[in-house]
Amino acid sequence: MKDTSHINPLENEAIYIMREVAAQFEKPVLLFSGGKDSITLVRLAQKAFYPAKIPFPLMHIDTGHNFPETIEFRDRLVEELGLELIVRNVQESIDQGKVKEETGRYSSRNALQTTTLLDAIEEFKFDACIGGARRDEEKARAKERIFSVRDDFGQWDEKNQRPELFDMLNGQIELGQNVRVFPISNWTELDVWSYIEKEDIEIPSIYFAHKRKIFLRDGLIWSHSDFVYQEDHEEVLEETVRFRTVGDMSCTAAVLSEASDIASVVQEIRESSISERGARIDDKRSEAAMEKRKQQGYF
Amino acid sequence: MEVLKIATAGSVDDGKSTLIGRILYDTKSLTTDKLEAIEKTSKQKGYDYLDFSLATDGLVAEREQGITIDVAHIYFSTPYKSYIIADTPGHVEYTRNMVTGASTSQAAIILIDARKGVIEQTNRHFFINNLLRIKDVIVAINKMDLVDFSEEIYNSIKADFEELMSKRDYQEQNITFIPVSALKGDNVVNHSKNTPWYNGQTLLEHLEQLDRKDIYNTGTPRFPVQYVIRPKTEEFHDFRGFAGKVYGGELKVGDEVVALPSETRSKIKDIYYYNEKCQTASRRSSVTITLEDEINVSRGDMLVKIGDLPTIDKQFTATISWMDAKNLNAGNKYVLQHGVNKVLARVENIHHKINPDYSGIEEDIDSLKINDIAKVTFKLNKPIFFDAFKNHRTNGSFILIDAQSNSTVGAGFIS
Repeated sequence: MKDTSHINPLENEAIYIMREVAAQFEKPVLLFSGGKDSITLVRLAQKAFYPAKIPFPLMHIDTGHNFPETIEFRDRLVEELGLELIVRNVQESIDQGKVKEETGRYSSRNALQTTTLLDAIEEFKFDACIGGARRDEEKARAKERIFSVRDDFGQWDEKNQRPELFDMLNGQIELGQNVRVFPISNWTELDVWSYIEKEDIEIPSIYFAHKRKIFLRDGLIWSHSDFVYQEDHEEVLEETVRFRTVGDMSCTAAVLSEASDIASVVQEIRESSISERGARIDDKRSEAAMEKRKQQGYF
Repeated sequence: MEVLKIATAGSVDDGKSTLIGRILYDTKSLTTDKLEAIEKTSKQKGYDYLDFSLATDGLVAEREQGITIDVAHIYFSTPYKSYIIADTPGHVEYTRNMVTGASTSQAAIILIDARKGVIEQTNRHFFINNLLRIKDVIVAINKMDLVDFSEEIYNSIKADFEELMSKRDYQEQNITFIPVSALKGDNVVNHSKNTPWYNGQTLLEHLEQLDRKDIYNTGTPRFPVQYVIRPKTEEFHDFRGFAGKVYGGELKVGDEVVALPSETRSKIKDIYYYNEKCQTASRRSSVTITLEDEINVSRGDMLVKIGDLPTIDKQFTATISWMDAKNLNAGNKYVLQHGVNKVLARVENIHHKINPDYSGIEEDIDSLKINDIAKVTFKLNKPIFFDAFKNHRTNGSFILIDAQSNSTVGAGFIS
């Protein structure tokens, strides 16, 4: 007869964290980007509350510059699982004059998401936002707590973080504050991909090899699109590529790949020697890029 | 895949970050872009070697001061195991981070600078790893290259450390000594030609052979209820599942259990892991349990096996590690979180402060400062269900929360 000893300790930890969120907070939300990490979070939440439905909504901060494949996928998943989805648009924050669109060669709406996110947290009075950030992604994230308190301006005070001992998660906050929750903190990129393979989780098609119009800049492969600034001399090519990480089109670089199914993707990750965030254009700006964005309330 | 969590401890400049960087480098865990960043920065700083500490020192403030100021988590894996290293700082004022890192670890690495030998900090690091009952401790005697890989120096440091070991409370702890040079790579992942007198394992070899069964503290099964699942759908109309994580030992379908605090008895009907029914819930698995009888159980309650009850009391004595800048005074009230259960606690008595360098205790005190470790008696507004920390690492520990700041201000280990 079956026992549970074969189950991944990381999955057990993540399910425990999901349940702590539902128990300790009044208005949690799961921040959903349509990327593999947030898709993994949805599966973990399903597992945590079965046979009941996931007791919180999903929220997508849409930059308006997403891959269309991601948006189609998002809408289908939400419908299949009967979940509530909230969408807030960066375009609205721009129209309201709260943020200014970046211009030029490296312009991206990625950083602008922060304002839209913080406004939405205030609008819905969310007290806990579950996100798919992992500590292995980046040095500043390596110091992030599982329950990470944000003040009423949405800011992260990295020098004054609560110690987290044993399994005990302290979610006590004041009115106006919120907690960012990272259930897959201790997962690596390979852990996520292996989990997607084992669980047979569906993910957007752009994670698999496909033909795409691209151009090259700074040794990275950029998508040719209306949303991405491109100079005249930057030649458009067609290549077989896939994405390792999926964010806004203007900040996500592709990799050359023939991996067209999950098994070959896992194999590729296992052998790969460039870390995942190496394909994130926004982090190349400076060594402290991520930490600065986090202090301002970025995810 | 097996996951092993390791806490590291060492004083400033003992080379802790360098050691971790070395492990990552020699296990080929550093990716091309990370390695490039390290090469670039090392060159800018004018070093003629690679500064691996740059791989782990994450925050801007740390890079400026060249020190580690908070717990950082580093991940790597071998074909046999996944590893998580909790890199905790070694400054006197950061005992709290060390306790935090150690609380979730099964193994610890204590670094000693071969030129300096056992210093007060070493005592402190060992004391904390022993207090937290870390099963496996590796004493890495580092910078051997700077003492000409001298066997004599290694042996004399080892002898000094063994003297400390005789004073420890948790005698069953497994302790291993390894002479290393993190900077040059001796005996970290690869065996060194410079230490022909050392026949033991390298640091990584030691970690690789640690058996999961031996490094986890086990005890009797405890099931603190986290959340009650009531789907209220057609199909699961009467379903009442108790969601939680099993600690200490395993639970089986058919086990006779008692729900605390009501002390009502029932039997385990089903164990769910997601949509699968299982016969057994092994330790540390997040399951949902249903009972044969309809009894009233809510968050913070606990299911235990009949005849295997924990202590149920409103008062207990514990060793606590104080972590807040605001002092703890006799008579103060705190929120005490024991697992997922929260109660109010009042400090009845501070018995004595323990000097974490094994130099004895201080009596007649009525207040604790940040980083103090002390024996304290608490009185609670309602009973909790606990075991002694030495018998049950999970059910014998708690945290203290300041009701005003909501911050976690202390950790405790029940006597």
